Amino acid sequence: MSDPSRREALKRIGLASAALGGAVVTAKLVYDPGGFGLAQAAGKREVRDFRIHQAGLASAAKDPVFAIAKSSTDPAELVRRAVEAMGGMKRFVSRGDVVAVKPNIGWDRMPVHAANTNPLVVAEVVKLAFEAGAKEVIVTDASCNEANRCFQRSGIWRATYAVGANVILPSAHRFRDMRMKGDVLDQWPVYQPLVNADKVINVPIAKHHNLSKFTCGMKNWYGILGGRRNRLHQNIDVSIADLATFMRPTLTIVDATRVLLRNGPQGGNIDDAKDMHQVIAGLDQVAVDAYACTLIGELPANVKYLKLGHERGIGSMFWEQVPHVEV
Amino acid sequence: MEHLHGSSAAVGEGGALPAPIPWLGSSGKVAPLDGAETARRASAPAAPQLIQIRRSPVAPKRAANPTTTVASTTMTNSGGPSAPTQPNKPKKAVKKLPGSGIPARKVIRALVWVRRVAQVGFLGLFLFFLFHTAFRGTFAATAGEPVRLPLPVEGFLLADPFVGAMTLLSTHTVYRGLAWSLVVFALTLVFGRVFCGWICPFGTLHHFFGWIFPSRYLRGNKRVEANKTHGWQAGKYYIMWGFIGAAAVGSSIGGLLDPICVAVRTIGLGVIPALQYFGVRSATVIASSNVHVLQSATDGTQDFLSRTVWTANQSYFHQTWLILFFLVGVLFMNRFIPRFWCRALCPLGAFLGVFARFSLFGMEKDHAKCTDCNLCLVNCQGADSPQGGVKHRQDECHMCLNCETACPEDVIKFRFLPKRTSTITKPDLQRRTLVAATAAGAVCIPGMRIGNWPDKAYSEKVIRPPGAVEERAFLERCIRCAECMKVCPNNALHPAFFEAGIEGLWTPILIPRIGYCEFSCVLCGQVCPTGAIQKITEKQKMGIGQKPISVGTAMYDQGRCLPWAMATPCIVCEEFCPTSPKAIWPEAVEVPKRDSKYQKQGEQAAMLTVKVQRPHVDPGLCVGCGACEKVCPIVDKPAVYVTNAGETRSKTNVILLENTAYGQS
Repeated sequence: MSDPSRREALKRIGLASAALGGAVVTAKLVYDPGGFGLAQAAGKREVRDFRIHQAGLASAAKDPVFAIAKSSTDPAELVRRAVEAMGGMKRFVSRGDVVAVKPNIGWDRMPVHAANTNPLVVAEVVKLAFEAGAKEVIVTDASCNEANRCFQRSGIWRATYAVGANVILPSAHRFRDMRMKGDVLDQWPVYQPLVNADKVINVPIAKHHNLSKFTCGMKNWYGILGGRRNRLHQNIDVSIADLATFMRPTLTIVDATRVLLRNGPQGGNIDDAKDMHQVIAGLDQVAVDAYACTLIGELPANVKYLKLGHERGIGSMFWEQVPHVEV
Repeated sequence: MEHLHGSSAAVGEGGALPAPIPWLGSSGKVAPLDGAETARRASAPAAPQLIQIRRSPVAPKRAANPTTTVASTTMTNSGGPSAPTQPNKPKKAVKKLPGSGIPARKVIRALVWVRRVAQVGFLGLFLFFLFHTAFRGTFAATAGEPVRLPLPVEGFLLADPFVGAMTLLSTHTVYRGLAWSLVVFALTLVFGRVFCGWICPFGTLHHFFGWIFPSRYLRGNKRVEANKTHGWQAGKYYIMWGFIGAAAVGSSIGGLLDPICVAVRTIGLGVIPALQYFGVRSATVIASSNVHVLQSATDGTQDFLSRTVWTANQSYFHQTWLILFFLVGVLFMNRFIPRFWCRALCPLGAFLGVFARFSLFGMEKDHAKCTDCNLCLVNCQGADSPQGGVKHRQDECHMCLNCETACPEDVIKFRFLPKRTSTITKPDLQRRTLVAATAAGAVCIPGMRIGNWPDKAYSEKVIRPPGAVEERAFLERCIRCAECMKVCPNNALHPAFFEAGIEGLWTPILIPRIGYCEFSCVLCGQVCPTGAIQKITEKQKMGIGQKPISVGTAMYDQGRCLPWAMATPCIVCEEFCPTSPKAIWPEAVEVPKRDSKYQKQGEQAAMLTVKVQRPHVDPGLCVGCGACEKVCPIVDKPAVYVTNAGETRSKTNVILLENTAYGQS
């Protein structure tokens, strides 16, 4: 074999240099001296605040912070009266808004078990949001039991679909990591449809909870989390406070039409639940929870996360001192 | 050149002699060469000649077209009543066949298209059913409506005569919908193995792969050779008889190789989850771009796919590598032997092959007209000797009708009540080997059970689905079709690897760590085609007014449990326990806890007192659903776990002295 020609030699040298240069540039572009994950840790704290500030400020002194409707046995009527007492849905929902409604659809239980929010209550909230001009109303939750079954057997799917809601079933791709930078909740997968809307209405059900004693509005935010949220039970009160710090809803509408008094949060025995025929609508999730917790015979002072919420300034646990109306 | 002249002249003279077949590389029937020509051929350079031969059919044939057509028309008119060929009309629809170019009967050509449509349709239906072997819920249902699948998604298994025969032998009964297998059985008695060629979704898959997938070793003469009948095709009969023997002694292990079971298992547990994994990962990458349009597009696509093809959450199946390996293996064999699975292994095909001898429809051959062009063999699916000079193998034939369509010489005719002078109807088997295979299948079962007898060395991991019958009856019925695993909404049911012994390979077991059994769900029983899992109701399962169905019992590992061992509050298990009253009850205690803050050397760590709730299991209430095990925050090896102790279906695997007055006090 003869020696390569000059042209051939230059070509080969050129190719070798290009390959080396390419490797160097690639390495430079994706160089990661810190190792996996370190770059992410610098993310800043995220908060989702959907409150209506102007509306609250305008006449803060005389307007009620929450309203208790207890003058009917029709859940829809109760919702209507409570929201009316808060100034009507138009105060909270503007024309063209995408409204996310977050009921509790955690369990494979039927409405009579009072483990999930009453479908009539949720449907009425959806209706009110549409009447106030919402463009789209999303109803969803990240269930504990198998989601399709929870959505169907809770009756919420059927009831809200009938009034035009966009019922989204939770699926893995809709969770994205967010930094809450709470005391125990740092980075966690968050269910996107609930945090990407224009307005968020929390529609929890008031019920007993064996670990945190009582669950309602603040605890309902567990339903925005994905991942292995069972770990959070080791410090359930702080994690609830963290979540309530992260999520500030436009409005909280508590379903206390039928309340689970024992064996919460899942229940399963009809005898554990009792009809109470109340719906509470409010701006202050702590005050609303504090009132609702009296319904199951618990003192707000004994529910640790209410105290934490109060201390963090999310709201007031002394609901008697908060302006409220009964309708 | 000279040789070419010679052959075209021969065609001109004989009229019936075929033109060379391009992809075979040589002409069909060639006049014997004399010595001189052979010598000339040998001396001539090979390459140009080959090119000439390959090119030749196109031009000369077109020229010869009118004459041959006329000739064939006259021939068929005189020859037989069965060929309704049209007089010479300029038609472009029918591709000109080589050789005499006698087109197949119109009805056959139409039937081939009907077959193709049927194959695509049945494969589509099969996949549609498989995609819908999942509970997706509906807005239309009221809260109290029982949760059931709206479609008969297990339909293909119900229509499977081999499953019907196996379970008939093992249980001496025909379970519910399995009566549908009589339809396919009847079809076989009329039309032969029409199921294999027209209906079987797994067969269609092989048909497809045999068509698009052949290697270069599977063209031309090699394909002809591969499609001739081979002795090893008897293998499937011996496999089938072995399974029949096993069924006779009480094990439906034949489902391991039943094509419908294989198709459900491989596609349902392997292919679909793998595609989903790929799809969701790609969507995650796209969504991380933070471009809103892309995000909503992928969200929409994912939503659509999760409501049609897969489900909202990724499924994972225990040890599916072997299942997928098997699928890839048999599909890959199509590269070398078309429809290797159907010809060599399929026990359902063999079962139908046994009964194809009674079929009223079949093939007649006129050997005298055959020019050995082998076009029938090129297109043959069943390797059933459609060519002239040998007897047709009715038991191997898939009734695809390709051979008659391809035949340019009017040799092959499919018809009702054909003359059977040139047909072998029975499988070509050695009686002794057959008996030996059956006996081997029969003795295999006790052989396998010695190592894993349901009463004795029974693995605690074999948690059978709710409603499953007692283990021996379960093995009589379970065909390993994986319908229950596919439908399980919580991904709780998995194909056993060797947990249930070698006989229990791919039978369903509950692995609560991956998914728990949803309390009110009875879907696995709904889709079970053989009654291995009974069609229980929600009331039976949840124990409304009766004793609930238990699949096992939860036990605590107190050394790992947070409240028990680490003075840390938890009781997620109690929260998820679905029974009412709950089978897990917490005991409130105050326990000492060391303050884990850093202590200076020599200083005592401060001791705190914390309130925790320590969980206990009430074995009389536990149904073994595994929700506690699933949600236990100890990720690797949970502090509460379920074993099959106390399962309702067993009379021996009992831990408590039974309270027979349950619910009656």
